[in-house]
Order: sequence, then C-alpha cells, then structure tokens
Amino acid sequence: MMNSLIPIFVILPLATAFLIMILGKFIKGFQKVITPLVLLFLTVLSFYCLLNNHSNSFTYTIGGWEPINNIPIAIHLVMDGFTLILLVIISLIGFLASFYSISYIAKFTSENNFYALLCLMITGMNGVVLSGDLFNLFVFLEIAVIASYALVAFGTEKNELEASFKYQILGGIASFIILFAIALIYWRTKTLNIADISVLLLTTEQNTFDVFVQILLISGFGLKAAMIPFHAWLPDAHSSAPSPISAMLSGVLIKAVGIYVIIRLFFNMFIASEEISILIITLGTLSMVIGVLLAIGQWDIKRLLAYHSISQMGYVILSVGIGLLLMARGTKPTVAALAIAGGLFHMVNHAVFKGLLFLNAGAIEHRINTRNLKEMGGLSQEMPATSATSLVASMSISGIPPFNGFFSKLIIIIAAVQAKFYLLAFLAVFVSIITLASFMKFQRYAFFNKKEYNTNQKIKEVPFPMIFSMAIMGILCLVFSLLAFPDIRDQILGPAVDVLMNAGQYTQTIIGM
Amino acid sequence: MKGMSIIVKKVTQLLSGIIFLYGIYIITHGHLTPGGGFAGGAIIAGAYILLILAFGSDTIKLKNIEKGSSLTESLAIFIVLLLAVLAFFLGSKIFFANYLPKGQLGEIISAGVIPLYNIFIGIEVAAAIITIFLALIIFKEEITK
Repeated sequence: MMNSLIPIFVILPLATAFLIMILGKFIKGFQKVITPLVLLFLTVLSFYCLLNNHSNSFTYTIGGWEPINNIPIAIHLVMDGFTLILLVIISLIGFLASFYSISYIAKFTSENNFYALLCLMITGMNGVVLSGDLFNLFVFLEIAVIASYALVAFGTEKNELEASFKYQILGGIASFIILFAIALIYWRTKTLNIADISVLLLTTEQNTFDVFVQILLISGFGLKAAMIPFHAWLPDAHSSAPSPISAMLSGVLIKAVGIYVIIRLFFNMFIASEEISILIITLGTLSMVIGVLLAIGQWDIKRLLAYHSISQMGYVILSVGIGLLLMARGTKPTVAALAIAGGLFHMVNHAVFKGLLFLNAGAIEHRINTRNLKEMGGLSQEMPATSATSLVASMSISGIPPFNGFFSKLIIIIAAVQAKFYLLAFLAVFVSIITLASFMKFQRYAFFNKKEYNTNQKIKEVPFPMIFSMAIMGILCLVFSLLAFPDIRDQILGPAVDVLMNAGQYTQTIIGM
Repeated sequence: MKGMSIIVKKVTQLLSGIIFLYGIYIITHGHLTPGGGFAGGAIIAGAYILLILAFGSDTIKLKNIEKGSSLTESLAIFIVLLLAVLAFFLGSKIFFANYLPKGQLGEIISAGVIPLYNIFIGIEVAAAIITIFLALIIFKEEITK
C-alpha cells in the first residue's frame, strides 16, 4: 500500500506544472487554486506516511524490473525515515509559500510561469530525496535548480538578473563537479544504485581514488548547500528572488539538494572515515562562525537572513559531522545518535523559522517597497501580525526557550560536549549569541524604532493569505518544540537516525542482500 | 525579419520536406535503430527553423506560432506523463510499466508503449526547440524596434 504511494510525490507536482501551462491559459485563476491544493494534499500524504512509518523503508522499482542475479537493474525510489522528514518539510513549506504567493505574486505578470516553475522545483526536490540511484538524483537535482535559476530572475530587474546569472554559473560548476564524480563512481563500481555501490565499496579495499571522489562530492554538493568557501551565490540569489521563493530556497532547497545528499551519501554509501568527517566538521564550523559574522553587518533584511541561512546550516553540518566522526571511530554510539538527531531536528526547525522570516521580509517589502532596515521603523503598530510572527521567528532562530530553535541548539551543544568537543560547543553558544544580537537589530530597526520611511498612504496589514501562512509557521515554531521530548523525538526522528546509523540495513531493504 | 535570396529559398523548399521526413523516420524507428524521440524532435525542429530563417516573417505572426508551439509542448509532455500513469492503473500498480503487447522483435509496431513515448517526446522536443528559437527571434526584433 505505502509502496505504491511513493511515485505520487513526483508525478503529482509534475502533472500540475504542465496542467497549469495548458489550462492556466484558458481558465482564469486556475493556477492559484490548483497549486496550494496539490501541495496541501502532498503535505497530508507525507504526514500520513511519517506517522505510520515504524522504522521501515519502502522501495519502489520503476517499470517493475526485478533484480537479476541480485543486481538491481531498475531505478529505485526509496522512502525511509530520513526521506520522509525531508518530504514533510518540502510539501509543508511549499504549501505555505504557494498560499502566500496568491496575494504576493499578483503584482507580477505571467503568474502561470511562476506557479509552474514552483511545481517543477518541488518535483525536483521530491525526486532528489526519493531517488535511490545516483544518476537520477543528478537529473532531479538539475530539474530543481534550473527551475530555481528561473525563479530567482523572476522580477527581471537588473539585480535579479545579475544574481541569477551568478547563481547559474556557480550552480553549473557544481553540477559539472557532481556529474564528474558520478562518472568516476560509475567507472569504478559499474553501477549507479546507491545501495549496490555501498556493497561494492564495502567488499573492496578503499584507495585514494575513493577519497578523491568523496572530496569532489563534498565540493559539488557543498556548492549547492552554500557551505562557507562555496557560499558566494547564496546571499545574492536568496535576497533577489520573490519572497515566497526565498523562503523555499533558504528553507528547503539548500537542504534537499545539498545537505540531504551529503548526509545520505556519506552515511549510507561511503564507509565513514575519520579524515572526511573532520573535513565535514571543519566546513560546518567555518560556515557557522563566518556566516554569522558576515550577517551582523548587513542592512538589507533579506541579505541578513540569507547569511544567517549559511550560519544555521553550519550547525546542521557540524552536528551531523560529529555523528559521522564518532561512527568512524566506532565509539559512543548513543552520542553519535544524539548528534545526528540534533542536526536533523535543527534542519526541520530551520526550514520553519527561516521560511517564516523570509515571508515576513516579503510582507514588509509588499507594503513599503524597501528592504533596507534604515528606511523602516515603527511597523509594529501598522502591521501587528507581521510583527508578532517575526518576533516568534527571531526568538526561535536565536535560541530562546520555549521556541524550537532553543531545543535543537541545546541538543547539538549537549552532543558536542558529550563527544568532548568543548571548543565546538563553545563556538555554537557564541554564534547563537551573535545571532541574537543581529535579530535584535532586525526587530528594533524594522518594528520598534521611529518611522524612517516616507509615504503618503497609511500602511495597512498585509492581506489574509499572507497572514495565514505566517501565522501557521509561527504556530509550528512552537509545535516543533515538542520534538525535544525524547519519546516524540524517537517516534519522528528515530527512524531517520536508524537509517543513517545502520548503512547495512539500508542496502538490505533495497537490494535484499 | 527579412527573407533571404531566391536561391536559398528554393533550396530550402526542396530540402526542408526531406529533413522533416527524416525526423519522422528517426522518431518512429526509435526502438529499433539509434536515435529516438529527442534526436528526431530536434531534426523536425530544424526543418521548421530553416524555413523561418530562409523566408522571414513578421513579429506578430511569429508570436502566434510561438503561442501554439508552447501549448503543443505542454500538451505533448502531459500526454507522456498520462501514458506513464496509465500503466499505474493497467499494469499492477507499476509506474512506467509496458502494458501493450510486445510484438515481434524488429517489427516497426512492436516494443509495447515505447514507440508511443518516442512519438510524444519527439513532438515535445520539436515544439520546445521551436519555442526557444522563436523567443530569441521575437526578443531580438523587439530590441531593434
């Protein structure tokens, strides 16, 4: 039953994209209705799968090709605990962003293209997280990022085109590196199935060739995930896109096509090695510290938020890297599990609060047409809902209890201390304090200072669809704190951690060996 | 956009039909010989592009063709998706299953659904390439005006 549900996550948004291009030309308002409906359905479906998943993996072979002599020849779609977490956040943030777009995007022309590209981007991301095959993963990744190139340039002003161009060049380099690495893996193992590769790598001796491939994959997917030496495109691209798209890019895309793939490949495909884990931890720490230091001086709200995305992703990579290092050393499996769970928890939380912050920035831009913090001020009276939700999100990202960001950062810090990385734990606390400082600046200049903008009309609160999306995300910031309770965490994040900790189990469910 | 000289026009008239037929051959023999939907679609698009370049056309007319080709493109790829989803209902809940009779190896009507996929992918690729080409021309005409 669950197995045959898997392709729906790819087919449905894909069909919606083409339907919008066909019927949207003849039926007015078709695109506005169908996109949120489809994404709402996917959200419900993914939640249903998440709650009914008892640490099982489901596989689906496209075309129904059975393995011959234990060699899997079909393209596999795999849905396990880790995939489901990603599917839930993709569909959830996608639904809220598309509902928000109903009012936000009305000022642009060619709405059809916007919604079709949004659906294609979601198709690509769902495909990346579901694919159990390296080459298909690459194809879906290209679908997602090419749709996002077009969406970044959607405003077609000078800045947006420049940002999109920069994003395309760096994204193209990343795709080339990834394709090169996949070709090298294919050359060495003669297969593209992730589970099959993992078996072959286990049975053969590891050499420098494998290390080279791993470095290539870290750089390629690091570029997609905007880890710090590769981050140049992110602040431009994420600040120039329309706000619901910024929320999708920052909240979901860098996780689904960057972090998810790094975690999946290094936990489930390659054999954990100490050098690579130290490299991953270093990249995570660099992203965490430098990202926040770059963020604090920004005066453009969306640029500030974009730099914070780099910094918060640093937390995730750092935490998962600690888990990988402990697994490579083979010591303290409970601490490793805690570190991985903390990283995944922070990833889910980041999707919600960063999505919300970008929607808030969009709401401000919608009303007073500026992104400069120096030209705002005093908006808390005119826009009470925006102000309240952005306060929730700011407290959440800076790690103030009882919001979700506090608990995930706490788990990461506890895991770092238990693994005896005292310096990293200290840096995590330090970065959290600077984050708080920069969000106090955001709150003060945007909502509580005296008015700096000059406009003749009275500023009103944004329309209902925008308030609705922001309010739901604000509530989710509180609801996800529940994951801090060990029982609930084991129910939701436990299957994901199991999949990552037991690489053998992953291969067994896919190719049955 | 202006047309070219009479020599170019005549040669194009003679050639474009043959190129078009060759594209159809590549598509319909996709399951038997090298090539298939993508290659054949690109060749068919080439035949149209040759005609537009040789004979020239005004922007308004081009815009109408562009509307049609972009609609054709979306429809064709939607039909491909429908064919794949139809397998879900006919062939024991398997997406992309081959549910038609396979036929004799080497015959033109064989290999189940694969020729159908090839045909619609061919239409999709041809329409997409023509759309991109027209978008570039229309953009250039609007810049020069």
